[in-house]
Amino acid sequence: MDSNNMERRTFIGKMVALLLVPLGGIGALIRNVAAASADYNPAEHYYGMGIQIDKCIGCGRCVEACKDENEVPREPFFFRTWVERYFIVGDNEAVVQNLDERLVNGKQPGLEGEVMRSFFVPKLCNQCDKPPCVQVCPVTATFKTADGVILVDDHRCLGCRYCIQACPYGARYLHPVRKTADKCTFCYHRVTKGLNPACVEICPTQARIFGDLRIKASPLTRFKRMNKLHRLKPSLNTEPKVFYSNLDGEVR
Amino acid sequence: MNQATIDTLYELLRQVTGFIYPNEVEVHWSILIVLYPYLTGLVAGAFILASLVKVFNVKEVQAVYRLALLTALAFLLIAPLPLLLHLGHPERSYEIFLNPNFTSAMAMFGFVYAWYLMVVLVLEIWFTYRRDLIQWSQQEKFPMRWLHRIIALFSNDLSERALEFDGKMVKAITIIGIPSAFLLHGYVGFIFGSIKANPWWSSVLMPIVFLFSAIVSGIALVILLYMIILPLRGEKIDMQCLDKMSSFLFYAVIVDFSLELLDFIHRLYESEESIRILGELVMNKLFVSLGIIQVLLGMLLPLGIIVCIKLFKFNEELRKLLYFVSVILIQLGILATRWNVVIGGQMFSKSFRGLTTYKMGLGGIEGLLMSLALLAMPLIILAVFIKVLPPWAKAQAPSPEQAKS
Repeated sequence: MDSNNMERRTFIGKMVALLLVPLGGIGALIRNVAAASADYNPAEHYYGMGIQIDKCIGCGRCVEACKDENEVPREPFFFRTWVERYFIVGDNEAVVQNLDERLVNGKQPGLEGEVMRSFFVPKLCNQCDKPPCVQVCPVTATFKTADGVILVDDHRCLGCRYCIQACPYGARYLHPVRKTADKCTFCYHRVTKGLNPACVEICPTQARIFGDLRIKASPLTRFKRMNKLHRLKPSLNTEPKVFYSNLDGEVR
Repeated sequence: MNQATIDTLYELLRQVTGFIYPNEVEVHWSILIVLYPYLTGLVAGAFILASLVKVFNVKEVQAVYRLALLTALAFLLIAPLPLLLHLGHPERSYEIFLNPNFTSAMAMFGFVYAWYLMVVLVLEIWFTYRRDLIQWSQQEKFPMRWLHRIIALFSNDLSERALEFDGKMVKAITIIGIPSAFLLHGYVGFIFGSIKANPWWSSVLMPIVFLFSAIVSGIALVILLYMIILPLRGEKIDMQCLDKMSSFLFYAVIVDFSLELLDFIHRLYESEESIRILGELVMNKLFVSLGIIQVLLGMLLPLGIIVCIKLFKFNEELRKLLYFVSVILIQLGILATRWNVVIGGQMFSKSFRGLTTYKMGLGGIEGLLMSLALLAMPLIILAVFIKVLPPWAKAQAPSPEQAKS
């Protein structure tokens, strides 16, 4: 009886301990995240993103996740990230569509001739190394952090929209409620805690790779080493930190 | 969120052609930002006309010297208003003085504006009027007596030396004023011309084109005001002055037209990546405002009219009528120029694959009525200025130079 009791007690104890392990794990994770956030030194990082065109299936989950995570208005005129669909038709004529059906508005692109190739291009703020938006902001409300991310201080932004005009990529919009400029932050509130941006986290095919450009052994560095890369509108000398692999020359 | 805004965006979406980036449906800089370069252009132009008298000794234009200065001041006071109204957070506009970003052309606005307003215009007007203000206040009764004394800052020195000093100061300020007027409007052109993301704006010629169109619009405005106000006061228009001003207007329009033509030919000849979409923009969205209003009605027709006036000996009445029609056409043309730059530059996508459209409302802050009010306000201010500081009194009292001799 005693030994049975003993066994039962030990068993229950062990089970409780076993149950506590994941809780402890979560606790440890929370502690780590909190510690990471408190100890975070932006000067030790330099962020970038890789986008593998061939892996994007155009599901649009990234756009949804971004809107959820960052309180981006639901209407199809405000995007921190979006996905474009390219058709290269006939004689190298590019026909482009936005993935959001509300933007297509029932109008299918005129696909006259044979579609030679078709692909998706996820777009977001390129977090330029030489950002024209930062250059033109009259009150330094938009600025580049030490870790290379372009942010907007919405307590200082005047809403003059000069940065929106200066962005060659259409990556900025005026937040209709806050009346200040808004854009992708690489989910700065997440990455400073050691997490991935929401769009990267949710992508089912891992088409987006986020990382620190200075770390030698990382998926992003591996991506940069293994692929032929292209950045958008290189002639404008903005030096984007978003790199595309296998990007078609027609993409602007 | 404002449902009306969203409905408008959906409405605009239906008119989008080709592909545009999704954040580009809305035209961000509206009619208010069209008015801003238009108003500052009038300021710079009117001032440059005034400075012709003082620096280049163009005697014929003396009759409008003070009117031109007051016009410049009246328009300068209103010029920042459309900018302020357009801001998402106008209550934060002081930040532009407290935390200016020195790499931003726009941040320099506050400083250029303050310099021009306080150092150039107000000072020049004060020194020009000082003697008259003292003389008026000696002859007048309350309240004008006090008003003029206050404006004169209670100075009452009418000695020869003081008057000579006034004259010297006016000349010195005008000399500083001309580059300042160039700066004021050239800089507005730079705000647009320095945006490399936008091929419609990005041009080294932009500040110069802005400057000359400013001179054109400023001279045309002063001629228009002169031709309206003098008959209202029952006075005779000085035809020599009118002919001279129109000559300057004529040359300014030729320079302006040549510069814009050069810009056009240069773009067409270089035929860069953006040429296709810019061609579509001009042919579809700007055909009326650029082809018809700006070039045909606003430039070629008035040029033709003034050439005719110069070639044929028309009588005074016909000349007046033709000048009047020309300056109205030119004014319309320059307003269209501003529209084509500001609105035109936002109607094509930076993907160079599609066009959006701009719809101006009637009411609201960014509507037509507000714009008309903003255009009318400087005229009301000018009417008050003319009441308080009559620009014609000069004829009755001897000038400092005459007093000296």
